[in-house]
Amino acid sequence: MKEYLVLRVITKLLLPFILLFGLYVQFHGDFGPGGGFQAGVIFAAGFVLYSLVYGVAAAQKVLPTGILRAGLAGGVLIYALVGVANLILGANYLEYTPLADTMKEGQHLGIFLVELGVGLTVASVMMTVYFTFATWRED
Amino acid sequence: MEAWVDISILGLMALTAIAIVMLRNLLAVVMLSGIYSLLAASIFVVMDAVDVAFTEAAVGAGISTMLFIGTLALTTRIEKKPAHTPVLPLIVVIITGAVLIFGTLDVAVYGDPLAPAMQDVAPYYLENTKKHAGIPNVVTAVLASYRGYDTLGEVVVIFTAGIGVILLLGSWRRGLPKIAPHKDDKA
Repeated sequence: MKEYLVLRVITKLLLPFILLFGLYVQFHGDFGPGGGFQAGVIFAAGFVLYSLVYGVAAAQKVLPTGILRAGLAGGVLIYALVGVANLILGANYLEYTPLADTMKEGQHLGIFLVELGVGLTVASVMMTVYFTFATWRED
Repeated sequence: MEAWVDISILGLMALTAIAIVMLRNLLAVVMLSGIYSLLAASIFVVMDAVDVAFTEAAVGAGISTMLFIGTLALTTRIEKKPAHTPVLPLIVVIITGAVLIFGTLDVAVYGDPLAPAMQDVAPYYLENTKKHAGIPNVVTAVLASYRGYDTLGEVVVIFTAGIGVILLLGSWRRGLPKIAPHKDDKA
């Protein structure tokens, strides 16, 4: 897509804002609308836009397959391990309260961590599915 | 005012849906379904469900449109002419639509706080989120804390979908020997 100068410039201008908005939705999800799932898809949509204009190979240089596979499994692992940490601390699975000194802080930390896991898995799965479709060839 | 916004967006959605049915060029159909998702996202914004609108705009209008285009690149762009007349499908659609409209007659008024769905656990979440978790977004508290098990299940579902795509289409398959077609499989 070398000839589409306007698209290339606009994409480059928009991309940091899309990714920043994704991060905002992720980490501000307990105060404003949003959360891990929304943040993950916004983040992935930003990378899909980038790979549309600059090519899949350029996008995969930033996010190689190995990192995406690690994120895909890592998110679920973070979520499940937060639950296990509760079990070790003597509470119920995913109860969050014993993670910090007070109940509110514990809930807050627990929600933050599991939302991080959700965002990581959703973003990685969306990008993996897109890259797999985009690079698929029959041979 | 809000009613007119609703009516115009829903009218545009209906027009888009009719255009999708009429067109044979699948690339145009994919574009129109992306527009349909964007209109749906606008409806969600009007209904104050901004988080759902994020998802609809990013997944429905963005990523899934791209996946459809990727699929078209691997298959074909023009839909084949149907071999049968469209009368029977039309009857089925009309009957299903009539049943759905009949069903909406019993649905509670939008935003009614006395609706049965609002009487069960919703008051508990609204009263206690601030006390338990100390955060103002009740939706996040319900998803991640009160209903944390369900969300864990959802994340596992998404994970499974990703694994499935990798297994079916991933680049690791390129080294594998071709699967021999079944003896009954023609072409």
